[in-house]
Amino acid sequence: MKGYILRRLLSLIPVLFVVAVVVFLLMHITPGDPAAVILGPEASPNEIAELREALGLNRPVTEQFVSWFGGVLQGDLGNSIFMKQPVLQAFFEHLGPTLSLAIMAQILAIVVAIPLGILAAKFRGSILDQTFMGISLLGISVPSFLLGLFLILLVGVELKWLPVAGYKPLNDGLWNHIKYLILPAIALGSMQAALIARMTRSSMLDVLNANYIKTARSKGVKESLIVIKHTLRNAFIPILTIIGHTFGTLVAGAAVVETVFNIPGIGQLIINSVERRDFAVIQGSVLLIAVSYVLINLVIDLLYGVIDPRVRLGRK
Amino acid sequence: MQNLITTEQLNSIKSEMKKKHRDLLVKRFFSNKLALFGSILMTVIVLLAIISPFFTSFTPYELDPVKRLQPPGAEHFFGTDNYGRDLFSRIVNGARVSLIIGFAVAIITSILGMIIGLYSAYYKKLDGVLMRISDGLMAFPAILLAIAIMASLGPRLENVIIALVIVFTPSVARTVRSAALVVKEQTYVEALKAQGASASRIIWLNIATNVLSPLIVQATFIFADSIIIEAALSFLGAGIPAPDPSWGNLLYDGKTVIFNAWWMTLFPGIAIMLSVFGLNLFGDGLRDLLDPHTNKAKK
Repeated sequence: MKGYILRRLLSLIPVLFVVAVVVFLLMHITPGDPAAVILGPEASPNEIAELREALGLNRPVTEQFVSWFGGVLQGDLGNSIFMKQPVLQAFFEHLGPTLSLAIMAQILAIVVAIPLGILAAKFRGSILDQTFMGISLLGISVPSFLLGLFLILLVGVELKWLPVAGYKPLNDGLWNHIKYLILPAIALGSMQAALIARMTRSSMLDVLNANYIKTARSKGVKESLIVIKHTLRNAFIPILTIIGHTFGTLVAGAAVVETVFNIPGIGQLIINSVERRDFAVIQGSVLLIAVSYVLINLVIDLLYGVIDPRVRLGRK
Repeated sequence: MQNLITTEQLNSIKSEMKKKHRDLLVKRFFSNKLALFGSILMTVIVLLAIISPFFTSFTPYELDPVKRLQPPGAEHFFGTDNYGRDLFSRIVNGARVSLIIGFAVAIITSILGMIIGLYSAYYKKLDGVLMRISDGLMAFPAILLAIAIMASLGPRLENVIIALVIVFTPSVARTVRSAALVVKEQTYVEALKAQGASASRIIWLNIATNVLSPLIVQATFIFADSIIIEAALSFLGAGIPAPDPSWGNLLYDGKTVIFNAWWMTLFPGIAIMLSVFGLNLFGDGLRDLLDPHTNKAKK
């Protein structure tokens, strides 16, 4: 197990390095002078020259990268030009709503999708199965921001059941906090739910046909026990994989859904920064999200070993 | 010694077998009702995008402030937007934008992904470098990387295509690579090598032709994903610049008046949904047909 963990950790280094290079290059693929782009068309040549100097744009690119990367390694992601504060601080100030939303969407998706996936697998080929799978294909086809807009139309404008915009922090009471996040979480979680349900179904089907399940059945083990204990546990790795691998997508999707529901999270931070061409904030936020995505996947990979001893004993 | 069969006869038998195989595939594809539905849906959308300018009486840019925010009716059957522009012709033009972007991205990523995937499968040394780069690029959530690239390049149609190509090429390269690795181990490739066939001949004539199925399937899904991400980018103001009709722009306009004009959100939304749904059904059908292994679990 130790060797396995070490190998996985070492394999992260090149990936994280490429991530850093890509993020660094983001500012440099701008057509023209980044300093001029940041300051807009009304800036004087003097101001542009000053900003170029401040950003270190006059130095060779490799030198810029080394000093930027050195800063990143020490937790310095630069400063926001418009908000006049360190990027790291701005990021963490906006993180709360995004995490709340992503976690709520994830929980919602898991709670809905896994039972549906199990039922669909158990009653494979039935009308129930076909309906679930049809709905899940539709779920994959409706992007979260679009579903969000539809939900606003239906629940917010027509039925007026729930608030359709804004955000209340947890300090304002749990129900207040949740109330504002229900629609965004449904919007965000539905594609996730569709993916999880499909994965649950197909990996359950793989296991339900295994010989040891037949053996268990012939020994007279209760059907519910077979489904939950014998099948689900063994079918869980692909399900866990899709949950883990899509969590990053969920956080990124949260960024888009936030715009629909006016939630002041990372998404709004990034979108506002795109409008203002505040490159340091864009670079920093994208870097942090990509790195946490890589780390989440690492944790998932390590969890395999806990769930399935075959992983930690056998192959790498 | 006399040959039992001439070369011409052999070739004609071969081509007949190929034709039979193709006929069988076509028959099986059309017996898959969902896939058929998907292809019909896509055909209708493509046809609408191409021919509708000839029978709509409004252009997508024609302002008419007197008739702003009219609900769907006889004259404007999808209603008008907040500047009095005809929503139907804007949606149909938006379809053209979405289809151009989706198609261009699918084609370009297929070509690039094929080149990268094939060469990294064939040359071990290249593999390490190219796959680490693609791992790194795939660590970014697609939409986020697209937003960040658009922030640097600036909002333009060409830039949307560039951004999406950067986002999707790594996953295509991975698919091609893993399919090519399997083909590369086959005995006939070894035989070709022993006969002295050049690397590029093996790569392009023997391996490439055998990785086309998974590539085509994935290109369909990338088409669909490109439509979604373009819409999201434009909705966020980082995609197609404003006066041009794209589905994302229409939704952006719609959101500002969502409490007064439901049609401005509903119709562009349905357009996106139907085309993505159609492409997904089509892709699922193609995959069942061309790549039976992934389908085993379902049956």
